[in-house]
Amino acid sequence: MATTTAQTDATWRYTWGIRWRLWRRNSGEFWRDLKKHPAAIIGGVVIILYVLAAIFAPQITWHNPELGNLRNRLLPPVWMEGGSWDFPLGADAQGRDIYTRVVYGARVSLAVGVLAVGISVIVGVALGALAGYSRGSVDDVISRFADLLMAFPFLIFAIGMMAFLGPGFTNLILALTFKGWVEFFRLARGEIISEKTREYVEAARVTGRKHWQIIVHEMLPNIVQSIFVLTTLRMGFMIVTEASLSFLGLGIQPPTPAWGSMVAEGRNYLLNAWWVSTMPGLAIVGLVLAINVFGEGLRDILDPRLKIE
Amino acid sequence: MKSDASPILELRNVTTLFPTRRGDVRAVDAVNLALYPGQILGLVGESGCGKSTVLLSILGLIASPGRIDAGEILFDGRDLSKLPTSELRKIRGKEIAMIFQDPLSTLNPVFTVGEQIRESLRLHNMIGGGRLWPFDRARTAREKQRVLEVMAEVGIPAPEARYRAYPHQFSGGMQQRALIAIGLACNPKVLLADEPTTALDVTIQAQIVALMQRINREHGTGIILVTHDLGLAAEFCDHIAVMYAGRIVEIGRTDDVIERPQHPYTEGLLRCIPDIGRRRPIEPIMGNVPDLADLGPGCAFAPRCPVAQPICTHSFFRLQPVSGEESDAAAQRSGEVHMARCLRLTNYILPDASAQTNGGVP
Amino acid sequence: MRLVKITERLLAAIPLMLGVAIIVFLFMRMTPGDPVDIMMGQSGAVTAGEIERLRSEFNLDKPLHEQLLLFLGGVARGDLGNSFQRQQPVTRLIAERLPATIELALGALIFGLLVAFPIGVISAVKQNSAIDRLSMAGAFLGISMPSFWLGILLIMLFSVNLKWLPVQGRIGSDIQLQVVTGFYTIDSILTGNWPAFISSLRHLILPSITLGAAVAAIIARVLRSSLLEILRSDYVKLARAKGASETRTVMKHALRNAMIPTVTVLGLQVGVLLGGNMIVEAVFGWPGLGRLVVDAIFNRDFPLVQGAVMVYALTFILANLIVDVLYTYLNPKIEM
Repeated sequence: MATTTAQTDATWRYTWGIRWRLWRRNSGEFWRDLKKHPAAIIGGVVIILYVLAAIFAPQITWHNPELGNLRNRLLPPVWMEGGSWDFPLGADAQGRDIYTRVVYGARVSLAVGVLAVGISVIVGVALGALAGYSRGSVDDVISRFADLLMAFPFLIFAIGMMAFLGPGFTNLILALTFKGWVEFFRLARGEIISEKTREYVEAARVTGRKHWQIIVHEMLPNIVQSIFVLTTLRMGFMIVTEASLSFLGLGIQPPTPAWGSMVAEGRNYLLNAWWVSTMPGLAIVGLVLAINVFGEGLRDILDPRLKIE
Repeated sequence: MKSDASPILELRNVTTLFPTRRGDVRAVDAVNLALYPGQILGLVGESGCGKSTVLLSILGLIASPGRIDAGEILFDGRDLSKLPTSELRKIRGKEIAMIFQDPLSTLNPVFTVGEQIRESLRLHNMIGGGRLWPFDRARTAREKQRVLEVMAEVGIPAPEARYRAYPHQFSGGMQQRALIAIGLACNPKVLLADEPTTALDVTIQAQIVALMQRINREHGTGIILVTHDLGLAAEFCDHIAVMYAGRIVEIGRTDDVIERPQHPYTEGLLRCIPDIGRRRPIEPIMGNVPDLADLGPGCAFAPRCPVAQPICTHSFFRLQPVSGEESDAAAQRSGEVHMARCLRLTNYILPDASAQTNGGVP
Repeated sequence: MRLVKITERLLAAIPLMLGVAIIVFLFMRMTPGDPVDIMMGQSGAVTAGEIERLRSEFNLDKPLHEQLLLFLGGVARGDLGNSFQRQQPVTRLIAERLPATIELALGALIFGLLVAFPIGVISAVKQNSAIDRLSMAGAFLGISMPSFWLGILLIMLFSVNLKWLPVQGRIGSDIQLQVVTGFYTIDSILTGNWPAFISSLRHLILPSITLGAAVAAIIARVLRSSLLEILRSDYVKLARAKGASETRTVMKHALRNAMIPTVTVLGLQVGVLLGGNMIVEAVFGWPGLGRLVVDAIFNRDFPLVQGAVMVYALTFILANLIVDVLYTYLNPKIEM
């Protein structure tokens, strides 16, 4: 018995040693490969800029995002006649600074994106690993439920849930994750099933490792790259979905600045104040484009066979 | 072979290039070959030495950015390498047909086998009538008759039923027969066979070889057989050309090449053929095919050659007649004259020539 | 053989539809608090008797499992209850609006495919050319652009500034059209009403582009990447070696194979078309199911929302069934 523990211990050190060296080599390779994808680097930089803007929103803006002065109503951006540097991107119908609101809007979008995708990843991968590893009835039940959720178009499902839950940040996260985990579940389950046929799992079994140890220490490290790629690509989708819900008035409620609701508010002024709708829209496209470009680059580097549409 | 007949297909100094970041790769380097009607020519070498590229060059199927850089490919008095694609298309499949290595991936999975054989006929308007109207049923029926004939000829049982089957419903051997049927449909003068038996079981291999031999005899179809299996080539071909790193290193009548190999690479390949009767151990050729992107100036085989001299790595040897006698270029190209490309055929006096000439042959 | 396969799929869809109905039923139970209280919330003073009447109409006074059975029974009969606000059967309200939504979705699909196919094929054949790079950059933008914003940009450009196309609605307000099928473009042809046809088509253009842009982008990308793979395959080499022209090789041998993955992805895009429909209908004031649902949500007309979500899901399942059937025709290997 003592020898077995010692052996297991040695195996542990051995496998983790290998894994560490592999990781070091891979990350070196990763940075080298990333250099071949200039678009992905630009995407990454833009994402970082958005994150920084969201964090330091109070420091880089000088107006109240939720309160305006009607005297500044529909003020044009600085480069147009009548614009001023005080309102670089103009002002909306309530006289609020659009620049300030766009910067604060990044907080909402990023928070929703990170939280919704984060929870989806954790739930989806945990259930996927469980289902893929154990198969049998557990797998059947979870998979049937996932299939059922797949029968709803994503946006319809989110809208339906929001309709009954009512608007608000927490409900928004709940509505997005309730179906969002399915993609990660399917990916993790498929990968775990195919990993399970490989020899190293059998080898780990023979050395007496527990099931959860095999999943967490042996198998997850091998599928983490695919999950990471999917995470990035889903992030853009979640942000667009949140913006769409807010646009319909079902997401973040005014006066909190969310890009989607800002675009919706500007719809009434397309004729005389195009900037009210255009600026927050540009902010969405910039962020989502950056995330998608970065995700595509990541996929080319880390997991070229992964196909997500 | 009658020396007065003219070759049906002739390659003169054909060079095919693939530009890469590390410079041009000469996948085929100044290759001379001639195929006479009714003859079978074997093109032998390890994978990656340019055999298949020779065949693709003949049909003008080199994928861009690769290109035929120099030389002539004469067929029926015309230089295929200079023909516009529209003219070349009339020759592809009709005059010169090609059989590929892996039958499953070569047959289009979404069309029936019969349909794919019939397409060859339709493309070259073999069964006349109604060119403008593609839905001419009577014509389709006539074409189908011919397809069934060809299917029967290549030994596909119950052709009527198989006509409507899809490739994945065929066994490997049947797929290769179907592929040969596609090649044969238009009665081509030349058949280019690229490792036609490699993907098949040994017993099926023998059947396919027998089938190709029968086609060669009955229709007088000239065949160029590309293979890595010198044993197969020895059994099947009239002449053999051995290629290494894009160049022909030895060419001659099959008997000459097999009985009296002159190039160490040919000798090495011969030693790799298992011989059940004699039960001697197989002696592999050590090392790997060199990277074509960074070949030295000398003999490409030198790094693996058991009898290499220091001079081999930096001086270039011509392909020259083994007998040392003069002969005309046409005979040399066809393999009628036994030729090889090796230091041992030149007039260099080696330091210990007597010990080296026999190489490692026991 | 195919018929067996298709029947199999149809039968497999039945439990799925049942599951969808159950989930939709549970939706109503997710509301914090009593649905009737919430629905009544804005209409102010109501009598206790009225509330009781509503509770029994929605079967809220019965135990949960009984409620579920009653609901499923209703669904099976095609009865989705009555709209709370309009006092009309939900099924009828939905049926009135469905043609407009489907017309828009089909318009978007047609636009998407018309754009995606030439772009996908040309980009694959001329890989890395200027046209390829430009198209793929455009496709990337199409994927990343939220449809509501694209719609607003299009309105600003083509309706507000250039005044080429109408801002919203399905048909000009001055035009009389006898409704036959509910599809205005088809109705106007059936009744030979040319002004109506032109008007409805003009109204359809911008919403279709807005909704179809993402589909076009995704299909173009899938088509391109699968064609690129196929153009390197052995059977394409064989087609060329047989003497087929480049056009024939690409359009017949390669494209037919590339359709297989493309159709799979197209099936998933139906979900985008249906979900995006709601957004685009809101942007263009398109009087379809999406508008009905959004209005119903704000009016807390829960039975209507429930019914509409269900109809969307069933449409999605049905569309995927059609894609599945199409797939078995495209891929002969499925037959076995």
